[in-house]
Amino acid sequence: MQLYLPIANIPVNIFLVLAMGAAVGFVSGMFGIGGGFLMTPLLIFIGIAPAVAVASVASHIAASSFSGALSYWRRRAIDPALALILLSGGTIGTALGVWTFTYLRSLGQLDLMIGLSYVVLLTAVGTAMAYEGLRAMLRTRRGGAATLRRPGSHGWIHGLPLKMRFKRSKIYLSIIPVIFVGLVIGFIGAVMGIGGGFILVPLMIYLLRVPTSTVIGTSMVLTLVTMIFATLLHAVTNHLVDAVLALILMVGGVTGAQFGARAGQKIRGEHLRLLLGLLVLAVGIRFAVELVIRPADLFTIRESGGAAP
Amino acid sequence: MTARALLVLAGLLGAILATSPACAERLIVSVSNHRVTVTPNYAGEELVLFGSVERDADTPPGRTNYDLVVTVVGPRADMVTRRKERRFGIWINSDYRQFLQVPTYLALFSNRPFDQIASPEVQRRQQLGLNNVLLMQRVSGDYADVVPDDVFRSAFVRLRTEHGLYREETSAVTFLTPTLFRTTIPLPAEVPIGTYNVEIKLFTDGALVTKAGTAFEIVKVGFEQFVANTARQNGLAYGLVTAAMALMTGWMASIVFRRD
Repeated sequence: MQLYLPIANIPVNIFLVLAMGAAVGFVSGMFGIGGGFLMTPLLIFIGIAPAVAVASVASHIAASSFSGALSYWRRRAIDPALALILLSGGTIGTALGVWTFTYLRSLGQLDLMIGLSYVVLLTAVGTAMAYEGLRAMLRTRRGGAATLRRPGSHGWIHGLPLKMRFKRSKIYLSIIPVIFVGLVIGFIGAVMGIGGGFILVPLMIYLLRVPTSTVIGTSMVLTLVTMIFATLLHAVTNHLVDAVLALILMVGGVTGAQFGARAGQKIRGEHLRLLLGLLVLAVGIRFAVELVIRPADLFTIRESGGAAP
Repeated sequence: MTARALLVLAGLLGAILATSPACAERLIVSVSNHRVTVTPNYAGEELVLFGSVERDADTPPGRTNYDLVVTVVGPRADMVTRRKERRFGIWINSDYRQFLQVPTYLALFSNRPFDQIASPEVQRRQQLGLNNVLLMQRVSGDYADVVPDDVFRSAFVRLRTEHGLYREETSAVTFLTPTLFRTTIPLPAEVPIGTYNVEIKLFTDGALVTKAGTAFEIVKVGFEQFVANTARQNGLAYGLVTAAMALMTGWMASIVFRRD
């Protein structure tokens, strides 16, 4: 069934978009991530303009992270204080990101920037995650305990001033790196149209040493708020959020996420990390190949504004 | 020899007569739908243009060798064509050309190839064929169209053609009788919203006899129009509603799938 999208200005097959939403939702529920890094390229692939895809995916991620955050909140797996401080950085980062997005779009280098950042981020994070997951798997196979958190170890992070006690996470930490992490994620999310969960979770675990019990719930709150904020900013500055497309994605996404979450609980943690790492890496390599191989068509056309009424 | 000279003279005379204000022929045209509405199930449309050549007392008797060229011009916009180049091992956009107020949709239909209808000079002056249509470019401060085989111009035309937005068909106009004609105007789903001008030019013996114009518009109506207008005019309200929609969907999912 074809449906004409009012902002993207093309008709799409409604069941195809629903299925895409559900598939990405399944992955996002399984790994506790937003799934934007999969959704945006898929939308571009079915012919939606990159700018519209990025702007619309933001609201889709907001929906799936809200449904996730609610269930984590019921299980008391969210650290409100930590979320609040991450958010203060995230808000600034998102504003900077949307501004950069608009600027790059006017330069004509938006596609390149999105492509490049996908390659760099995805291959780096994917490799790190897959490697870490593999090591943890080997360790458990050899009989050792797979510990993520070494309570005694203190890095340079712990030497920073402005320390604060985060009760629910049971950590005592300077707010500077927390704000910084929020800022980076907000920025990346707005420019690339991704929630940034797949970067945020490892950053919180390895850099901030947040315990795994609160890490996913808290990261979902950050994703939720930055994506709501990004939706608003994209709607106000670029007028490119397609609400109809977003709604179809949301419905598919939240449904898929529920089944994904159930599937995820049946898989061991290190296996999950290895799988997610490989998935992220695969998407990154796909983008790298696209940049390196000679494109089928060297020319592209874009409307440059100033359109006649 | 004298017979041929006379024929040329007659042709010239005919041409002069044709371009004089007192036209011997008149075109009457209409499109099947003057208002194409974009609804949620819109997936492109095909319009039919039909018309007839009205002859009067001044028309040279026995003149039936008419040629028709139909030009459909969609709303105009500024567009940029970029070329990718290999830099530092990756393919990035480097050089670009700006096309100013060029048609977003352009269709040229005729009953036979343009070079059989008129001389290259007339083709150029009357903008017959995609190669002769004026596509204004800004080339480092200057405004000009360039030669048809310019790489940016031909890439631009080729890409628009691939999307069905520019088209040239020299057998699309059919004469049902020597004076009655029709052609179809295919509009793919991704054609831009706006006003489309149709110009119909009548040629005979390589010269323009008369021309006529009509127009149609493609408009979003109802829900599509409401969403598009709100997004453009009330960005904040639109964003808030979209965000609220996201929260509602997420909340409903967590209720529906709750397992306790």
